Amino acid sequence: MMAPERFRPLAGVLAALLVTGVGGMLVWALRSLPPEASGLSAQVRERLPESGVRAEVTAVLLNFRGYDTLLEMAVLLAALLGAWHLGPLRLSRGEVSRGPVMESLVRFLVPAMVLVTGYVLWRGSHAAGGAFQAGALLAGAGVLLLVVRPDALALRDRQGLRVLLVAGPALFALVAGSVLFAGRALLEYPPEHSGSLILLIEAASTLSIGITLTLLFAGGRPRRGGGG
Amino acid sequence: MTPLDWLFDGLLGTTLLWLGWRAVFARELSSTIISFIGLGMLMALAWVRLGAPDVALAEAALGGGVTGALLLAALNRLERQAPGGGKRDDGA
Amino acid sequence: MSQYLWYALVGTGLFSIGLLGLILQRHLLRRVLALNVMGTGVFLIFVALARRAGTLPDPVPHAMVLTGLVVSVSATALGLVLIGRVQRLHGRPELPEDES
Repeated sequence: MMAPERFRPLAGVLAALLVTGVGGMLVWALRSLPPEASGLSAQVRERLPESGVRAEVTAVLLNFRGYDTLLEMAVLLAALLGAWHLGPLRLSRGEVSRGPVMESLVRFLVPAMVLVTGYVLWRGSHAAGGAFQAGALLAGAGVLLLVVRPDALALRDRQGLRVLLVAGPALFALVAGSVLFAGRALLEYPPEHSGSLILLIEAASTLSIGITLTLLFAGGRPRRGGGG
Repeated sequence: MTPLDWLFDGLLGTTLLWLGWRAVFARELSSTIISFIGLGMLMALAWVRLGAPDVALAEAALGGGVTGALLLAALNRLERQAPGGGKRDDGA
Repeated sequence: MSQYLWYALVGTGLFSIGLLGLILQRHLLRRVLALNVMGTGVFLIFVALARRAGTLPDPVPHAMVLTGLVVSVSATALGLVLIGRVQRLHGRPELPEDES
């Protein structure tokens, strides 16, 4: 089944032994954990009303552990910049004919996906949902467009694109930092505005995440475009 | 937990392990990627079973969707650059 | 065996499968896949352990896994572009030191 296990059986055996050892240790560790442990759920539930949203995971992501999320947005951007450094964008110019079914399906699907993106984003404030799920959906729409109609997005490295790319992390960092001037700690939103601030940050992040992931799929740096 | 719960979780877990194995060790690269996409889709089910709907939404879109698309596009690019060289299981 | 322990063990299995593949495979695309499977295993362990809090699971591991998922996708995307570059430079999607 696997070439190296035929050519280099010693490596295969050693690797299997190592992995069994590591896996065994993990299993032992897992079995030694207590079967009931509330972790941080009690604290989260207690402070949920102060967070500005009614969904626990969103509150943790955007408020209690907002610093991690801020850095994650930066990681996403860094990955894109890394990919841009490695070469120019090369989109295949439709060697395969897409056919009428595909085209009309995309014509229906992409706007629907954008609509659902908005819904999932809004829903994150009181139930499962939020910026990352919505951004991933938006990226799905972008990938679909790129595959079926590469010209539809007219990807050019313009100011507008760059603004949209950094809008999420920049806005997040801006809100996180500006509260410092109001005498609060980093990321300590003023309680009466935290709901709206979170929604604002999430909306910008959805756009950035969707566009960044789409461009990561495209794989290279788009040609320089006009100022718009 | 009813026996039906056990059956479902047991089947789901076993299928996850099987798909995971195929995703790493299948002969053809395209099979590994498709198994991985399937793994992502079933993981979304597992997340729901474990009471994590947020993660389920994200996994369905990111794990199965975006990562799957990324991998398939990469495979396509590799094969176009070296036709026939990357297709068979010669990297294992 | 409870539900959470079963899924945690499945996660351990996935992690081990991925680790084995990471060590043994030479084709870079397969290594990326193996890494992703490892990541999936880790996330499964995390969320399974969070289930121990009862009917309302601990949301902090969920948030961490969500973050991990996005970082995973970013790293995979960058890695795949790098693999394309390696292929252009060396002719095969394998690291030079691995070619025997």
